[in-house]
Amino acid sequence: MANSQGSALSGWYDLFSRGARDWLRHNEKVAESVRKSLPEIVAGADVLSGGARTVRVPVRFLEHYHFQLRSPERREGVGEGDAQPGDRIGPPDAGRKPGKGEGGRDQGGLEFMLEFQVDDIVDWLWEEMKLPNLQARVGKAEETDWMREGWDRRGARSRLDRRRSFRESIKRRGSQPDGPAFTDEDLRFRQLTRREQPATQAVVFLVMDVSGSMTDDDRKLAKSFFFWAVQGLRRQYRHLDTVFVAHTTEAWEFDEAQFFEVRGSGGTVASTGFAKVREIVAERFDPSRYNVYLFYASDGDNATSDRPDAERGLTEIAAYSNYLGYLEVTASTSRALATETGELFQRLARAGRPTASFAVRKLEEIWDAVRHFFQHQAKAVG
Amino acid sequence: MSGSPAAADTWRALVPQIEQLAQATGLRYDPVDFESVPETFMMEISVYGLPVRMPHWSFGVRYISRLIQHRMGHSKLFEVVFPGNPGHAYLAAGNSLAENVLVTAHVLGHADFSSNNMLFRSSQSQVGPNIVERAATHAHQIAMAIEEHGAKRVEAVLDAALALEQHIDVNQRVRRPRYPETAPKKPGPPDEFRRRFAALDPDPPREAAAEPQRPRVPPHPERDLLWFIANYAPDLEGWERDVFLAVREESFYFYPVFATQIMNEGWASYWHARLLREASFLPSEAYVDAIKCHSDVVRPLATGEQVALAVNPYHVGFSMWEKIVERDGLEGARRIMREDDDFSFIRNHLTPELATELQLFRFGAERDGSVSVLDSDLPKLHDALLAPKYNFGAPSIAATRIHVDGTLELLHDHQTDGRGLDPERATRVLEYIHRVWRRPVKLTTVNTSGGGLQLCVPAGS
Repeated sequence: MANSQGSALSGWYDLFSRGARDWLRHNEKVAESVRKSLPEIVAGADVLSGGARTVRVPVRFLEHYHFQLRSPERREGVGEGDAQPGDRIGPPDAGRKPGKGEGGRDQGGLEFMLEFQVDDIVDWLWEEMKLPNLQARVGKAEETDWMREGWDRRGARSRLDRRRSFRESIKRRGSQPDGPAFTDEDLRFRQLTRREQPATQAVVFLVMDVSGSMTDDDRKLAKSFFFWAVQGLRRQYRHLDTVFVAHTTEAWEFDEAQFFEVRGSGGTVASTGFAKVREIVAERFDPSRYNVYLFYASDGDNATSDRPDAERGLTEIAAYSNYLGYLEVTASTSRALATETGELFQRLARAGRPTASFAVRKLEEIWDAVRHFFQHQAKAVG
Repeated sequence: MSGSPAAADTWRALVPQIEQLAQATGLRYDPVDFESVPETFMMEISVYGLPVRMPHWSFGVRYISRLIQHRMGHSKLFEVVFPGNPGHAYLAAGNSLAENVLVTAHVLGHADFSSNNMLFRSSQSQVGPNIVERAATHAHQIAMAIEEHGAKRVEAVLDAALALEQHIDVNQRVRRPRYPETAPKKPGPPDEFRRRFAALDPDPPREAAAEPQRPRVPPHPERDLLWFIANYAPDLEGWERDVFLAVREESFYFYPVFATQIMNEGWASYWHARLLREASFLPSEAYVDAIKCHSDVVRPLATGEQVALAVNPYHVGFSMWEKIVERDGLEGARRIMREDDDFSFIRNHLTPELATELQLFRFGAERDGSVSVLDSDLPKLHDALLAPKYNFGAPSIAATRIHVDGTLELLHDHQTDGRGLDPERATRVLEYIHRVWRRPVKLTTVNTSGGGLQLCVPAGS
């Protein structure tokens, strides 16, 4: 009954895989379910480094449920081999199956990594949290770009418009039936002109207190918050510049990679950070052309002597900013926002400046913070 | 001597000779088509259970798990065979000549088994001789449903139907009619007594029994859940019903394979060993390799192991058939092969001598992973071997009632199963069912202390 088609067909089998198709569908389902718990999962994900545009999330295989008995106190079975009643044997399948899993159809324990696009995640989150889009304060800034505009009889070959040229040829041959198929006169080239376009561009200052009192955990909280806040801004602005400023009793500008590694010591003088921001704005970001955002992360301690300077500096920034956000990373709930810096921002808010404050203690609260700031921002500006 | 084209040609040339020998030795089987296919395809058909089958994400999970096991070197598939007329045997393209020779003889043993064993014959007489094509038709039908109703809706139906795939009643027919719509009318043709009785009163009260009565549905606890839902779900659409019945039909096809595994694998192993011994036409090198391969297949323990906490069905079945042929002769063995399933086979033919020879023992594994050897008591061994096979390997659950509002009531027979259901999983299954039943679904089982436990979806209904 041998059938000689076997080898001829084998090429065909490789063309598709039902297993792979159903596996992809499984992954889609996992992604859907992960989407629901995404905030908790990605809050702590190590996403910032290297400007990664994807997040890898460990997930479990989905189980297709069947009616199953409770796992028994003691599972009984039949084995083969040299064993006497009363013998004790090592754990079943030791070293063969990692983790639990009683065999059968139980796939327990198997984990794999699923990759998500950061942009998708941000879209989901904003949808999930029902966050408003940001309002641009400065939308007037113009940008020039090359636009297609009209046709000409001369031009670079690459811009030849074949369709248009054909039309010209047909038109011409209507009056001269025996004429040539194409003449130079038929050719039409697309023209480009420079045109001014309205653009929305923005700069966000991420300012962090890196004084001795800020622990590694505090910095990690700030890092996660900054990441998602920036993603949120990116949704709105085609051009978003990020500026990283860290301060202790003095302030420095860093690039992204260094920024989160910086660890200072000693006291805190917040006004130095604000002064640095003003300096950079004056140099590089004309507030009449840029929407300016600032997020400041600190544990709330600031030298009391710095109060007037800090308030003056911040007020000046607030005057030309869309929005100022203050994230307090703190260990205690009772003290939250009742700190030197917390009160500074509250005075600003009372004075009608577009600002909001939020205190976080752990990673899960990052989303509350993001939600708080973005909702508040929309109200403040919109 | 791995799967080179030359080895493949040599093998193909040997197939008719092996078949001739098999038939001369007494095997009687429907024709088998042999096909050599890539290993990924082998893995797929073993995961799906059929060469072409409906799509479902759970197959994807099994496929990847199998692929991982395979990459880690835990499993090698030599052959997958689908009984039918003709039967289809798929051999891994990577098999060596010796492996292919062994596998061919093995497949013929399976073909003989499935062409003669009662369970297979009854299933084939109902499902039809070519399940492979039936399954492809189902897959096509489901592809059409996906086109018409969308992948999500079809998936919801498959989630439910495939979750219940073991919940059929194998004693029923594949094409099973609905319950009688009305109770049979009691009174027959008027007899003398009835005539005279009626004459006593000019306006006799109508006899209640004479009224056509809607009988209770189900009239008795119904374990054929796929059939029951297909026929009695309040708002099931036609195509959804077809999906349930397609899954059910495939389950009827899978049942004999499941219920005769030890016998069937043993029978195939007995025959590959015997045909190899008698095949004088084999190149001697291939013979030696094939025998080595045989002893790998039927050995009870992995290399270096003293004991195994599982039985190798090939080994147990093979040893039992050797003893039976020795005792009853080939004709006696063939009669057992025709009439038994694993339940009667193990109970009747796994003798105390054989259990001792095979070094079978019963063990208990605690939750902490420690295992102790309990005993080698024969009736207990029988029970422990067969326990995973009762009721198609699933808990016994029956539909007991449809309420006026359409609520479906299910009952778990915890006394038969010895303990309650895992409530989380059971609730998930009820959720699957609820999406097609479209009315509340309830299930009664017991909790850990033996008290009644009712699960409802939607919760609190």
